[in-house]
Amino acid sequence: MKTVIKVLHQIQKQKWFVALSILLASVTVVLTLYAPILFGDAIDYLITKGNVDFSSLTEILSKLFFMIVLTGVLTWIMNVINNHVTFHVVKNIRSSAIERIQVLPLKYLDAHSTGDIVSRIIADAEQLSDGLLLGFTQLFTGIITIFVTLYFMFSKSIWITLLVLVCTPVSFLVARFIATHSYTMFKKQSETRGKETALIEEMVGNAKIVKAFGYENNASDAFRTINTDLCEYSQKATFYSSLTNPCTRAVNNVIYALVALIGAYLILHDQLTVGGLSILLSYANQYMKPFNDISSVVTELQNAMACAERIFSFMETDTEVEETSKTLQECNGSVSIQDVSFRYDEAKPLIEDFNLEVNPGMRIALVGPTGCGKTTFINLLMRFYDVRTGTICIDGENIKDLTRHSVRSCYGMVLQETWLKEGTVKDNLIFGKENASEEEIIHACKEAHSWEFIKKLPKQLDTYITEDTLSAGQKQLLCITRVMLALPAMLILDEATSAIDTRTELQIQNAFDTLMKGRTSFIVAHRLSTIRNADVILVMKDGKIIESGNHESLMVKKGFYEKLYSSQFVIPEKI
Amino acid sequence: MKKLLIYLKDYKKESILAPAFKLLEALFDLFTPILVANIINTGINTKDTTYIFHQFLFLIAFALIGLSCSIVAQYYASKSAVGFTTKLRQALFDHIQSLSYTEIDTLTPDTFITRLTSDCNQIQNGLNLALRLLLRSPFIVFGAMIASFLINVKIAWIFVVTIVLLLIVVFSIMLISIPLFKKVQKALEKVLSLTRENLTGVRVIRAFRKEQDEVKEFNNANTAYTKQNEFVGKISALMNPLTYAIINIATILLIQKGAIQVNLGNLAQGDVVALYNYMAQIVVELIKLASLIITIDKSIACAERVQSILDVNTSISYPAETKEASSKDAITFDHVCFQYASASEESLHDISFSINKGQTLGIIGATGAGKSTIVNLIPRFYDATHGIVSIDGINVKDYTKEDLIKKIGVVPQKAVLFAGSIRDNMKIGNENATDEEIWNALQLAQAKEVVEGKDGQLDYMIEQNGRNLSGGQKQRLTIARAFVKNPEIIVLDDSASALDFATDAKLRAALQTIHKTTVIVSQRTSSIKHADLILVLDDGNLVGKGTHEELMKNCHVYQEIYYSQFPEEKPADFKMEALA
Repeated sequence: MKTVIKVLHQIQKQKWFVALSILLASVTVVLTLYAPILFGDAIDYLITKGNVDFSSLTEILSKLFFMIVLTGVLTWIMNVINNHVTFHVVKNIRSSAIERIQVLPLKYLDAHSTGDIVSRIIADAEQLSDGLLLGFTQLFTGIITIFVTLYFMFSKSIWITLLVLVCTPVSFLVARFIATHSYTMFKKQSETRGKETALIEEMVGNAKIVKAFGYENNASDAFRTINTDLCEYSQKATFYSSLTNPCTRAVNNVIYALVALIGAYLILHDQLTVGGLSILLSYANQYMKPFNDISSVVTELQNAMACAERIFSFMETDTEVEETSKTLQECNGSVSIQDVSFRYDEAKPLIEDFNLEVNPGMRIALVGPTGCGKTTFINLLMRFYDVRTGTICIDGENIKDLTRHSVRSCYGMVLQETWLKEGTVKDNLIFGKENASEEEIIHACKEAHSWEFIKKLPKQLDTYITEDTLSAGQKQLLCITRVMLALPAMLILDEATSAIDTRTELQIQNAFDTLMKGRTSFIVAHRLSTIRNADVILVMKDGKIIESGNHESLMVKKGFYEKLYSSQFVIPEKI
Repeated sequence: MKKLLIYLKDYKKESILAPAFKLLEALFDLFTPILVANIINTGINTKDTTYIFHQFLFLIAFALIGLSCSIVAQYYASKSAVGFTTKLRQALFDHIQSLSYTEIDTLTPDTFITRLTSDCNQIQNGLNLALRLLLRSPFIVFGAMIASFLINVKIAWIFVVTIVLLLIVVFSIMLISIPLFKKVQKALEKVLSLTRENLTGVRVIRAFRKEQDEVKEFNNANTAYTKQNEFVGKISALMNPLTYAIINIATILLIQKGAIQVNLGNLAQGDVVALYNYMAQIVVELIKLASLIITIDKSIACAERVQSILDVNTSISYPAETKEASSKDAITFDHVCFQYASASEESLHDISFSINKGQTLGIIGATGAGKSTIVNLIPRFYDATHGIVSIDGINVKDYTKEDLIKKIGVVPQKAVLFAGSIRDNMKIGNENATDEEIWNALQLAQAKEVVEGKDGQLDYMIEQNGRNLSGGQKQRLTIARAFVKNPEIIVLDDSASALDFATDAKLRAALQTIHKTTVIVSQRTSSIKHADLILVLDDGNLVGKGTHEELMKNCHVYQEIYYSQFPEEKPADFKMEALA
């Protein structure tokens, strides 16, 4: 119910359109239903040979003509308005969803899969739009149709109308009966179909493995078993469900016949005219339609509401609030971390008592096993997450007292995942400096050693790049160039080279070296060769710094670092 | 498309009976207005209540006969449509199993999956609807028209004009809006990809403080989508009002002309009612027909896509018998070149080498250098474009498929296990393996403790894609799976990458004890350092060939790779080349 109110709230901006749509719907329904009455009256004027009232007929027919053209035009306008309302409601929902993404805490985004959020914003919104459209066009007109039809029918013949009213539920019961009985088959069908899809994904998705082991025939046999079952359930499900229409139609035909029979008797007793009978006959057919429509609209609307709920639950997640407007004018690159603790999950301590002093220009490396808190530390530096206790200061300012934008503007960041936008090379490079000139860009490319491959691209900076245009190494070079162009005061390299092979890594090492020159840098790496030149290596384990120092001093210490290092580079000699 | 019809062969009877019974039902539908006209013209005018009652009984009888015809039709239609699709799906699945790596690469597994699932379902729906309705709707439309000619020729022309007009309106709206709907779909895809981009790039966007620009870009796409959608909506919204207006204006004309005929005595009042009812039937059926044609059109497109897969034949054929082996060389490459079907350049140029039985071959090089390609040529997953690949001195093309596959155990890069017990997975390459053999293989692959740690051990159920195992565990099990086959040649295609260095070393030590020809692909020099022969690949070229010691003397690329992994051994004067 709450969801319905929220949806209505979204529609509120369009309230005048909605009011107009409702008005038009009422008018068109009445006109549409009134037309058969006029047709019936017209038929009553054609009685027998030489007994036709042409002047009254012409009058009624021209009235009809005017009505029909009017109905047509109004129906079209109504449809266009309905489209407008639903499309704009969904458009606004999507727009605010995207704005929402920008201010949602990363805690939420990290915890929810991209696919899930995308499907809320795209598929669920689409479903909501379809549901709303159907609801608008059919639910409302359906209800009006039923009442107006009943009114007109009663005005022609009370007895026939009562007959129709009594018989209608029969058709419903028939439809319900079939639906409940085909449900079990549908369930079996979808279960089996699910199993079959899983098998297909496994055997066809991994077709190469199947071939490598000569397993093709076994795969085909397994498929045959499921496919045969599916055939049986599917045939039954399709057959049972396809009975609904013929059965309800048969019930309607019987009602139709009854109306004709009783109508004829009433005419004989002068309680009805032939035109009146033709009206009732056409109403008897039409009267059923809105009921069927409404029942399908209700399911559709329920579905739409379920989707709306998923969208709203996303939209109502708490966002990050900017409590300050203070910004850092210039950043020297000194960072001071005092007594910091952090937990993703309140019950599980991750980072505890973290202390670190970084002077401008220092190169800090973080190493340690997976899950030790390296990336979390980066998240805290960038204020992607806020510390639980303690303070992080840049140039003496607590970053909690600065705007997030101001904090982030101090850093340039290169991550393991080389995220590039779909667009040209240039679009991607100027991401951090929108008004960079062509010379500046090329200069940065040369500094970052990416110019060598960019100049070989078909349109150089204007080459349009998609997912697979570039190799992993080239993508990473673009990410480095992107940061190089923005010239931030400090750098964060989070597993920046782990996706590329060691030789390529060495080849782009120069680019990194240029980038890090004179800048405070934080480097996270699992390959220890990458971080040997750091001023301070922090060895982390379970959220704590357990060793620190430079490479040589740590090796001499023969502690955890030395063990890590040896396991990567020393080969057991027994082979 | 037509070729698919052979799968309908077993359902000939059903495919004919379904539409036939549907037509029978339609025929009874067509009689209804005539019966009502009889009631009005004869029954009411002559005040003959028994006649009226008889006509009523006819109406009821027709309704019931219509219902039974329809049930029979639905039964045969579902039987035929589902049966056909089942056969088609099986044939498609079997066909896909017969394709070679080249076809799998070009067409991609994702395509196969879509064809087997959603395309086949769409074909089933389309065929089911077509069998039931494709003949029925036109039959009623033209039946109504013929009936109108039987009632009064002078009025019947209104029907002809109306039907033609309706056809034009319905189909031109469809023809105009369908391509526009495709455009709308494209616009929606843009919105979708931007949404995804905003989520996957959230850290970068925030780090560069580009939130507002992203919102702006999204809003542009969103607005464009909405506008297009509204535009198409305006056109397709014409359908109902236009058909409504046409049919009703036709009715006005019908009554007007009817009035003249009634006045002349050529037509009875009940006939006008009958004609009026026929008019109503026509519009309902035409709109049904239009939506039916959309569905069938989609199904035909799906059927064509399925057909196009069935038309692809495997590019690799095998001889009926394997030639006798006659050499001590386990694997020989003789001036081998290879180019992927979709690639514009060769992936391997002129590769020649050979290793003896029981020896170890190491292959090293950067990502994309062609390491896996070499390995894939050995079991003939692909055929060399030039040159000869031989096993035991025999060209791989002279082996039967079974003999070749039996000889080689491959551990692919991606550790893939299937849903089922560990035992089932282990037996994939060797159905007759005993538990003892499986345990031995697990021991060799350093996977024994993995299995021992699971409930039920060999009976432990692996979930789809091995979700309930870690990367390292999966990798070890896939290695064991290759050992269970007990092949002559073991190929490890960068398969130790998910193992830690110590396990990797133990695995290599274990491999030495079984004295099988072994091919190891790796990016780690430590993994291949001890091989009898090392191939160094760079961009498809064999830039070095020899033992570790030889390569350290004469192969610059090998030295670069080695020093990138063992920087403390790098001499001060060693220079790296730049990234191309």
